[in-house]
Amino acid sequence: MNSPVPSVVSARDLGLAFQTNDGPVHALTGVNLDIKKGDFVSFIGPSGCGKTTFLRVIADLEKHTSGGIEINGMSPQQARESRAYGYVFQAAALYPWRTIEKNIALPLEIMGYAKSEQQKRIAETLDLVNLSGFGKKYPWQLSGGMQQRASIARALAFDADLLLMDEPFGALDEIVRDHLNEQLLKLWERTNKTICFVTHSIPEAVYLSTKIVVMSPRPGRVTDVIESTLPRERPLDIRESPEFLEIAHRVREGLRAGHSYDE
Amino acid sequence: MTRRTTDSWQGAAAILLGLLAMISIPPFESDATSIPGRGWSVAVFLLIFATAIASLIPMRRLVAAIILFAGAHLIAWLLIGSLSGNEGKATVSFGLLLAAGWVLAWRAATVLSSLKARTKFADYALRLLIPAIFGAWILILWEAATRGAGIPFILLPPPSAIGARLAESVGVLTADVRQTVFKAVLAGYILGCAGGFVAAILADRVPFLRRGLLPIGNMVSALPIIGVAPIMVMWFGFDWQSKAAVVIILTFFPMLVNTVAGLAAAGHMERDLMRTYASSDWQTLLKLRLPAAMPFIFNALKINSTLALIGAIIAEFFGTPIVGMGFRISTEIGRMNVDMVWAEIAVAAIIGSIFYGAIALTERTVTFWHPSVRGGQT
Repeated sequence: MNSPVPSVVSARDLGLAFQTNDGPVHALTGVNLDIKKGDFVSFIGPSGCGKTTFLRVIADLEKHTSGGIEINGMSPQQARESRAYGYVFQAAALYPWRTIEKNIALPLEIMGYAKSEQQKRIAETLDLVNLSGFGKKYPWQLSGGMQQRASIARALAFDADLLLMDEPFGALDEIVRDHLNEQLLKLWERTNKTICFVTHSIPEAVYLSTKIVVMSPRPGRVTDVIESTLPRERPLDIRESPEFLEIAHRVREGLRAGHSYDE
Repeated sequence: MTRRTTDSWQGAAAILLGLLAMISIPPFESDATSIPGRGWSVAVFLLIFATAIASLIPMRRLVAAIILFAGAHLIAWLLIGSLSGNEGKATVSFGLLLAAGWVLAWRAATVLSSLKARTKFADYALRLLIPAIFGAWILILWEAATRGAGIPFILLPPPSAIGARLAESVGVLTADVRQTVFKAVLAGYILGCAGGFVAAILADRVPFLRRGLLPIGNMVSALPIIGVAPIMVMWFGFDWQSKAAVVIILTFFPMLVNTVAGLAAAGHMERDLMRTYASSDWQTLLKLRLPAAMPFIFNALKINSTLALIGAIIAEFFGTPIVGMGFRISTEIGRMNVDMVWAEIAVAAIIGSIFYGAIALTERTVTFWHPSVRGGQT
């Protein structure tokens, strides 16, 4: 920890305004944030706080309108074109005409990986998300949780150090969600990726993250950045420890503060 | 198979119709030339009552279906067989007997529809058998009505005469099909569909084409083809080329419009996904948008399969060498050979069905993943 850890994402006074008929809507204002290599950062906040928008700006799916942002020292567009990140959407977005295997091969085909390399990576990533043996199935033959795992495998198949996840488990039930959270932590441990994770759930954010970014709406902004003091090794029952509850409390306070002037 | 069937209102109706027929005998007017004997009458009445009563008795559905099927068709066979020599001499009694046979066949189809197939083959056979019974009875009623009531041949020939004419004229019909279907329809269909597809891809690439071509496409597809056909004959001559041109005009725009709609069918999330991969436009087209457009494209192929056949046949009304289905229809109707016209119509219907069926079958294998094909959710 002596040498400075490089920034993967660094935003300086970032803003994004959508032009509407009723004048500009400020989805993001004055966002300053540094995400270090190997961080697991959660973005939490109520709907409309701009957490998904921020993720989409990193991914170059939206353009910021003021301030600056760099990903690995590049502009978002350059980063996207150099395939710097994998993106996991709210839904699995697997193509129904492709098998799970072929879905994972999709980015590899587009990026021009050799056939043998594709096979190797498919096997590796399927193993990583515990879906070995399901490669020949079609997406609609799998459960929602398995589909979302396959979509994570697809985002892991190519060499991007940054994983952007937009409420990936939002549509799944609590039990599946717990299980996938645990698996995601293990996966993060094994792959050493930097993960940006958007969520609605306080326990999910606290359980997963090394850093929690609390956001608030109208205009979308960052109200608190909480560095987690939890160890990297986290069994599920860490969620009952006083330390965990203290961080969760601070997140809840942050969310409430963001809301207070609204009432 | 343990469930019993007793709700046969058709059985009761058949008995009633049989009784009414009994009151109103004889089935043929007295001046008919070959009135069938007493044995025939006894056989018909016995069959009607026996089959109807059997349908009221609880029994296994399969057995009931076999009895009803055999009974109804034996009745039909006896009735149609008795018509020769007695054309136009059938009475109300004959009509009632026929109606009794028909409701029994209805019952047979009802029982068959309620059967649960236990093997794939049985399911397939059932799905073919029920419409086959339906079709057969259309022909039976048509035959009995035209011959029994003596409907003029010019107005509506009986199916048996059409069948006989069809069998006699295999050579002529084959030549017509070769000219109309294998030359005009096929060439026009392939060129029209391919052209529409390529134009859609171009319109997708070039915004100016998308804005300019589509509104014109909608207008051209509203053009009355009757108006275009003689002009095409002027331009491209009497042979099949002019008919192919009509078919191209007919099929081009449905394919264009459907493909353009299909290319817009891929979801936002799926497109964003391609963008995160920094996928090129062509890669996105090939790997996402075209597969997603397939249901639309097959829709156009199916619509066009019927349009092409209609277009080619009608175009032949406006000038053609002395061969072709449309030519045959227009000349034979002038010579009052309506049976030949019907024979051409029958051939066109069969070919149209095969054409459509082949495309629908291909569609099922290509868009196997679509919820409408695999019958699932999500």
